[in-house]
Amino acid sequence: MRTSSAGPGGDSQCPPVGHAANDMTQPTIDQATFDELKETAGAEFVVELVDTFLAEAPPMLDDLRSALAAGDADRFRRAAHSLKSNSNTFGASALGAMARELELGGLDRALAAGGAPLAALVDEYARVAAALAELRDA
Amino acid sequence: MRDARHGAARLLVVDDNKVNRLLLARNLELQGHRVALAENGRVALDMLRRESFDLLLLDMEMPEMDGFQVLEQLVNDLNLRDLPVIVTSSLEGVANIVRCIELGAEDYLTKPVNPVLLKARIGASLEKKRLRDQQKELVRRFATPEVAQHLQESGFALGGTRVRASVLFCDIRDFTPLAESQPPEETIELLNTYYTLMFDAISDHGGVVTMMMGDGLMAVFGAPLPLPDHCASAVRAALEMVQMMELFNVERAAAAKPQIRIGIGIASGEMVAGYTGTNERATYTCIGNTVNLAARLEAHTKVAARAILIDSETRAGLAGLIPSESLGAAPFKGIAAPVEVFAVTAG
Repeated sequence: MRTSSAGPGGDSQCPPVGHAANDMTQPTIDQATFDELKETAGAEFVVELVDTFLAEAPPMLDDLRSALAAGDADRFRRAAHSLKSNSNTFGASALGAMARELELGGLDRALAAGGAPLAALVDEYARVAAALAELRDA
Repeated sequence: MRDARHGAARLLVVDDNKVNRLLLARNLELQGHRVALAENGRVALDMLRRESFDLLLLDMEMPEMDGFQVLEQLVNDLNLRDLPVIVTSSLEGVANIVRCIELGAEDYLTKPVNPVLLKARIGASLEKKRLRDQQKELVRRFATPEVAQHLQESGFALGGTRVRASVLFCDIRDFTPLAESQPPEETIELLNTYYTLMFDAISDHGGVVTMMMGDGLMAVFGAPLPLPDHCASAVRAALEMVQMMELFNVERAAAAKPQIRIGIGIASGEMVAGYTGTNERATYTCIGNTVNLAARLEAHTKVAARAILIDSETRAGLAGLIPSESLGAAPFKGIAAPVEVFAVTAG
């Protein structure tokens, strides 16, 4: 297990993961990615897929929270990994980047940061869920 | 049953994430394939062993049984080792991709998977599989006893064929100190007796000795002539070899000479076999990972303190007729994944 380092600029061995999470100029959903998904998989199917994601994502967030509380690094990484993968599918780039940061940083770094990155990710998910619901119903 | 030639194939998608699973299945169905779904590695393996698939799309990060474990199981499964696998994952790090490829994955696609790329990769994999199936069929026809017999009679042309066989390595434990502690003529006499006993046991069971070096030898069962039960034949030969040495040791004990212990390693699988050398001086030999593994297993007998060690494929070939015991997986030099080792326990 790698040792954790609190805060940015620490001598962590994790690769840099950027600051996409804090970049307010980034749209919640990348329209081009979402349009491409609709085009290749079909609009009707994407409605179904969005519904699936909206049903599956809250348990993933619960998983992240409970894994953090229980100190279960494997489960934490897996949940972050899943969320990253799905976010990128829908073009939720900021959420994807935040999830990736949790996946790569692991449990230790999340604990060292006092749960703040997880709280930020939960907020971002709320924005993504609202945006996806809007796109679905459009 | 399979219509891979016409572009449509039966595919299995394994992913623990429902969104990924549905999306991948959708893309594949739009490309005209028939798709079955599994939510983790264990479920996928069960399905693969029950039903026939042309290709597996495998996620890596999964609970219960992950993609790496699935790849390991496939490699060791005679019926599934040739199933093409395309890994679809968003695992971070090149090392993970390399590991997938080393474990036999044919290709690696990063998620979210681009549908156009997916189509191209699947097409290439299915075409490769078709050619491989064709080649296997040719080898199967080629290596009938009649053909092999004819080749033997005609002196074997230089050049190799791919065969399924068992390879046996044997050597005398701690032979060098023994050889240095006794007169040279006694060493040569000992080696002659040893080789005579070993050759008899090997040929009694249909094996062919292909190499002798010092106190070590290599034998192959199933080439040049095919041997349907090459695994059991090799293991029976090994048991006889050990038994021969026990009898020999009774004699040596009576003459107050040190006991001779041998170690034997056997691995089975596909290998390239053929005559190699020049037209004047050629030797029949086998080459391939199976051969390397047999040599490693033989060396491992010392570590494991067992006389006969075999790999999982040899064990599978015994069909329970000769008892063996798993010693767990051991890492071997030059072999990517740890290999499950079995000790033959029958006397």
